[in-house]
Amino acid sequence: MIKFLLTGLWRDRSRSLMPVLVVAIGVMLTVWMHAYITGFMGDTIEMNAKFSHGHVKVMSKAYAENMDLLPIDLALVEVSHLKSALKEANPDMEWAARIQFGGLIDVPDENGETRSQGPSIGFGIDLLSPDSKEADRMNIRSSIVRGNLPAKAGEVLLSEHFARKLEAEIGEAVTLISTDMNGSMIMYNFIVSGTVSFGVEIMDRGSVIADIEDVRAALNMPDAAGEILGFFGEGFYENERAVEMANAFNAKNALSEDEFSPVMKSLSQQGSMGQYVQMAEVWSLYISLIFIFAMSLVLWNAGLLGGLRRYGEIGIRLAMGEEKGHVYRSMIYESIFIGIAGSVVGTAIGLFLAWLIQTYGIDISGMMEGASMMFPRIIRARITPIDFYIGFIPGVVSTVIGTMLSGIGIYKRQTARLFKELEA
Amino acid sequence: MENQSIITIEKLVKRFPMGKDSFTALKNINLKFGTGEFTGLIGPSGSGKTTLLNILGSLDVPTEGTVHVLGKSIGKLSTKEAAQLRKESLGFIFQSYNLLVVHTVFENVEFPLLLLKYSKSVRYKMVMDALEWVGLTEKVHSKPPQLSGGECQRVAIARAMVKKPSLVLADEPTANLDAVNSHHILKTMETLNRELNTTFIFATHDEKVISYLRRKIYLLDGRVDKDEIITPQKSVAQ
Repeated sequence: MIKFLLTGLWRDRSRSLMPVLVVAIGVMLTVWMHAYITGFMGDTIEMNAKFSHGHVKVMSKAYAENMDLLPIDLALVEVSHLKSALKEANPDMEWAARIQFGGLIDVPDENGETRSQGPSIGFGIDLLSPDSKEADRMNIRSSIVRGNLPAKAGEVLLSEHFARKLEAEIGEAVTLISTDMNGSMIMYNFIVSGTVSFGVEIMDRGSVIADIEDVRAALNMPDAAGEILGFFGEGFYENERAVEMANAFNAKNALSEDEFSPVMKSLSQQGSMGQYVQMAEVWSLYISLIFIFAMSLVLWNAGLLGGLRRYGEIGIRLAMGEEKGHVYRSMIYESIFIGIAGSVVGTAIGLFLAWLIQTYGIDISGMMEGASMMFPRIIRARITPIDFYIGFIPGVVSTVIGTMLSGIGIYKRQTARLFKELEA
Repeated sequence: MENQSIITIEKLVKRFPMGKDSFTALKNINLKFGTGEFTGLIGPSGSGKTTLLNILGSLDVPTEGTVHVLGKSIGKLSTKEAAQLRKESLGFIFQSYNLLVVHTVFENVEFPLLLLKYSKSVRYKMVMDALEWVGLTEKVHSKPPQLSGGECQRVAIARAMVKKPSLVLADEPTANLDAVNSHHILKTMETLNRELNTTFIFATHDEKVISYLRRKIYLLDGRVDKDEIITPQKSVAQ
């Protein structure tokens, strides 16, 4: 009997191939979508963490209140001491001092007159210490378009877009015109060692990257830094842990009225990132659930239609003396088989597509022009363990429920009525 | 051989709900059928012949009265017992053949035997015998779409007869066939009726079928209008 039913299933492509394809497509979309959302949300958070927010960030109280203005006059001082204390308190974390600053980059001609000039956002990061991970953290090496990383003091990287706009060449001198920590105007010369393109619109517009010691020298900030960024050793942002850590740190300094006393903020406590982190947590869950629900409805319907389409066959089997319960059970076993087969195929294809996007990514730079938040130019999926089984929810459960419901209709219907429909 | 009663119908009434009211399809039917009968329920559409056939086939139940088929009271059977009765003792032949189109002729005929859990070798012999009765041994591996209408109906007859049931119920079996095929089919069924002593009950208004019947029960508006037993001399076809 089992062989008879399997033979029928195999030969009747509308009972086997088509439902398996429908289930596979639904499952594939579910798996792919989940991996894509996870990747997109996670990438954006990590990118913002690495480039500007850290998983946690330590600043002076006053700097924190005006952090959007990059007020270097409110920067932290005695940073070496503070960094050591942070490392001691959190040995599993990595800490990096940075200075973000604004200014003009001037490119002089052979006579020392301005040839071109443009506003820039500068980053002073630890590029020259042998144990520094900053260049890797910001993915600078692989982002170099022309030239090299600064190898010695006085060298600077410009974003490729900015360099082309200023027509600045490798090896040429450029001048930073800005204000120092005390509010005085400064001019400081750098040599362009290379150009970079991060694939992040906001970073590629007009950024300048120099070693933090050069920036300190330029801006008269000895042992000072605008901010100290902390990164979890695991490399992934954990909101709860970051918020707890920041709250604990701030509780220690709560009584201080010194506006230069340090405060810590988690990534989610900085600017609009809180909303984004919340959105990432809730949306990825909601979008996945909505998608699973939508696919469940489609596959449920497919299961229902599959069952209804077989009224004729079921009528014949009942007439031959097969019990209703046996017919019902065989339909459910069939749908389990279809659901599993479709889910396996769909999961495999979905994972493959997700892997392609994880490896090669999708370029969305055209959509990100003018964005004020850091979004990666290349969106990548991220395959997580849940992707290996999430598709089975709509794939198997919905198909089986659809068949069970259609089966109940058949089961409850009078045999004679089934016959009338069979003859129609 | 036709004197042993296998079906007894007493005061049978069948009503179907129609909105708030009901429609009475069968009104006070009293009939008996013996072993080996070749009987037709004859009447126009709506006369109640298919309804009566469904009740005899344990596909439906009486509203009032009693129907005993092979000693079983149809109204009192559970769905499981009704399925058991159909599986073991009844065969069905439909107007539109109702073969399983993805299965071969052999598999279609084999299906009732699978339900009876016969061994493979027994099934093979019984299926081949049944196909020989209907002259389709050469089409054993064909599938229904590859067969003519007449051949399909012969497969349906083989399927109904393969387990050698006591009773075969045929609902308009020649309605989709031309005259030549209809006579061929009827002759086959008549032969099987005589050789296997199987009771055949037809629901029909086809003159070709009627000409072969040995008992004609005329139904009109859900009542038995006339119950006519044809003696060999009276038989038109023979």
